[in-house]
Amino acid sequence: MSPQRPEVGDLFRRFRQRLAHGGPVHPGRPSVQLGHGGKVGAGPAGRPSGPDVHAERVGRGADGEPAGPGTHAERVGRGTGGEPAGQGADAERVGPGAMSSGRTGRDATGESVRSAAGLEPRLPRDVAPVARRGRERRGGEELRVPEAEFTSYYGRPILKAPVWRWDIAAYLFTGGLAAGSSLLAAGGQLTGRPALRRAGRVTALGAVTASAYFLINDLGRPSRFHHMLRVAKPTSPMSVGTWILSAYGPAAGVAAVAEAASLLPQRGALGLARRLLPPAGRVAGLAAAATAPALATYTGVLLAGTAVPSWHEAYPELPTIFAGSALASGAGVGLIAAPCAQAGPARRLAVAGAALELWGAHSVETRLGLLSEPYRTGAAGRLLRAGRALTAAGVAGALVGRRSRSVSAVSGVALLAASVATRFGIFHGGVASARDPKYTVLPQRERIRRREAGEV
Amino acid sequence: MPDANSLYGPLDPAPDAGWVQAGPRMGFFTDTSVCIGCKACEVACKEWNGVPDSGFDLLGMSYDNTGALTANSWRHVAFIEQPRPAGHRTPPFAGTPTGGPVSATSAAVAAGSADPSGTDPGVPPDAADAAARMAAGGTPAEGTAATGANGAATGTRFLGMPGAQPPGRGTGAKERTDFRWLMMSDVCKHCTHAACLDVCPTGALFRTEFGTVVVQEDICNGCGYCISACPYGVIDQRRGDGRAWKCTLCYDRLGAGMTPACAQACPTESIQYGPLDELRERAARRVAQLHGRGVPEARLYGHDPTDGVGGDGAFFLLLDEPEVYGLPPDPVVTTRDLPKMWKRAGWAAVAMAAAAVAAFVGGQS
Repeated sequence: MSPQRPEVGDLFRRFRQRLAHGGPVHPGRPSVQLGHGGKVGAGPAGRPSGPDVHAERVGRGADGEPAGPGTHAERVGRGTGGEPAGQGADAERVGPGAMSSGRTGRDATGESVRSAAGLEPRLPRDVAPVARRGRERRGGEELRVPEAEFTSYYGRPILKAPVWRWDIAAYLFTGGLAAGSSLLAAGGQLTGRPALRRAGRVTALGAVTASAYFLINDLGRPSRFHHMLRVAKPTSPMSVGTWILSAYGPAAGVAAVAEAASLLPQRGALGLARRLLPPAGRVAGLAAAATAPALATYTGVLLAGTAVPSWHEAYPELPTIFAGSALASGAGVGLIAAPCAQAGPARRLAVAGAALELWGAHSVETRLGLLSEPYRTGAAGRLLRAGRALTAAGVAGALVGRRSRSVSAVSGVALLAASVATRFGIFHGGVASARDPKYTVLPQRERIRRREAGEV
Repeated sequence: MPDANSLYGPLDPAPDAGWVQAGPRMGFFTDTSVCIGCKACEVACKEWNGVPDSGFDLLGMSYDNTGALTANSWRHVAFIEQPRPAGHRTPPFAGTPTGGPVSATSAAVAAGSADPSGTDPGVPPDAADAAARMAAGGTPAEGTAATGANGAATGTRFLGMPGAQPPGRGTGAKERTDFRWLMMSDVCKHCTHAACLDVCPTGALFRTEFGTVVVQEDICNGCGYCISACPYGVIDQRRGDGRAWKCTLCYDRLGAGMTPACAQACPTESIQYGPLDELRERAARRVAQLHGRGVPEARLYGHDPTDGVGGDGAFFLLLDEPEVYGLPPDPVVTTRDLPKMWKRAGWAAVAMAAAAVAAFVGGQS
């Protein structure tokens, strides 16, 4: 554009200020944008005033230029525009309404007009409303990500965000819970702790049933779930997982059913079952425990085997986090169900699981540079922080409440809740990284730069 | 026998997928320097493949209202308006007279056509005095259209021809803008190492004898794994249907020896279809030609068999950085790291089992 053109107009500056103060512009909702494919500045990541800085772009209309050819898009870089820092800390991308390719920012607030005209831009699929951050991010070290400029196509995401709904995050938890419970049950079986065995087996069956429900429910065509069994592909973590589940599920089921043997009558066909079930349950319980570690860790590869930046780059840690989370949730079941005399292994399992989980989560939150950001901000950041706090509380309770059944049970609940929070946090972190082109473009640019500099 | 480069590196995909008598690999070369943004490719694709409608929402960002490649748009014409000239050609409008037309009449004449069209352009049909004024040669302009004539004293005011002039003419040389339009017809890249295909757990995605990647709609169960795996964000789940859909490179037409619908419909041969080797040569020549003509920013994208996805079956000539068009600058197929991922998962599983054993063996409580 010609240098004579003014910088961002007053109109638009006022519009952004109103936005920052929670004006009528749909808060935190992704919306259509005006602009061109020019450069935008991504603010310094982790800047205290605006941790979830999205590269923001604005278009400036042709108002006041009667002979103008249409929209001259103008570039605005967040954090470079000279506005007071801290203002607009939560400004999401905004853009004038669906119709107005040549309007000013003021028109963009005409929400009622637009909705009346039925032109409200539709929400993208499964977009969770982005909560406004009410407070600054606390704790954690500052990310040292250099201020970077990047380009995108009107701020649109390059990748398709995962179409998986919350079912898959829930499955990550239930699958891990099943695996942890089966290990607990096998340990109880082999060391003569019937309370651990029974609780573990029953929980494992419940969790694996829930897993199957979540997995099938998330399919676009649930009635075709059995198509998963057409092939076995080592290049597809989901196919591998299907076969792991197919091996684990029946074993866990037989082990759990065997727990009901003592309820059967002594005589007749059911009496035969009463005698055959316990040995079958022992074999099945050990088989389930043998496949359990694979069940708990393949989900890490499942998430990492995608183009979602924050999942893929976290591939060394994800299996560890999920293994730790599975152990901790299994330990939680033991703490809830077993009397104090039998719960010793569950306590030690809780410590081991929490250690793996905390190390892994800390690693993905700090090691990945820009790609750690989605794990530290927004919903994912809150979930992972909650998971960390709950894990710490659960482990502390498990160790302190050695003699108290109720303290142990509360600790067990905390460990289970921690596992849920961690899984959902990892899930949402990845989804957030796929939604913002910043996380696609900047690391790839950096890779090109390093390659051209001969560093790789 | 899988190739050593099955997961990463240069490869001829069709023989690797098990085709014994595969012909040459076919693909697209999309030369965006001659794309005019007509979207005939989008329409032809929808017509031929029975793709549901889309793109009726005005996105309010540019002339692109398709937005992205989706389950219902297998071709997507990107449109970018940039405030910079194309190449180092003569700046637009240099040498043309500046300022507005000398009179309202000349403005009307300039905006009109040679053939009589009933009403003079710019004159409201029922505004008799305006038409009369135009017919009488117009009032001598107190000011030109562009400077905003101050005709309030006589009660008339010529408001100019909205948008009828080239940019900058009416506002004077100082206000001229220098910009260019970029248009690009995006499509599935039919990667050599197609992550969507490799991660598909049902075998719904397969490699054709032409080296392309196609979804079998009767197999796909909508697990959505391919969608997260695609480094280009191409394949997508269709709402209300649940399955994943993307460009098939007109597999049915290819089988009959025909050109894919989009390439057939392209009026400027921006989309070229043919054997990939031939297309790569042609593309290299075209880039050299453009560089010679003073378009130094012309570059190829996705042509290199040594890149992160082993080269694309559909590659592009771009006039700016890939991300300007919504393309990833350096995509890498996710399965490149798959062996390392499984290894890490294996260690994590071992650690998990060891922790369980230790928890039960150690201690006495």
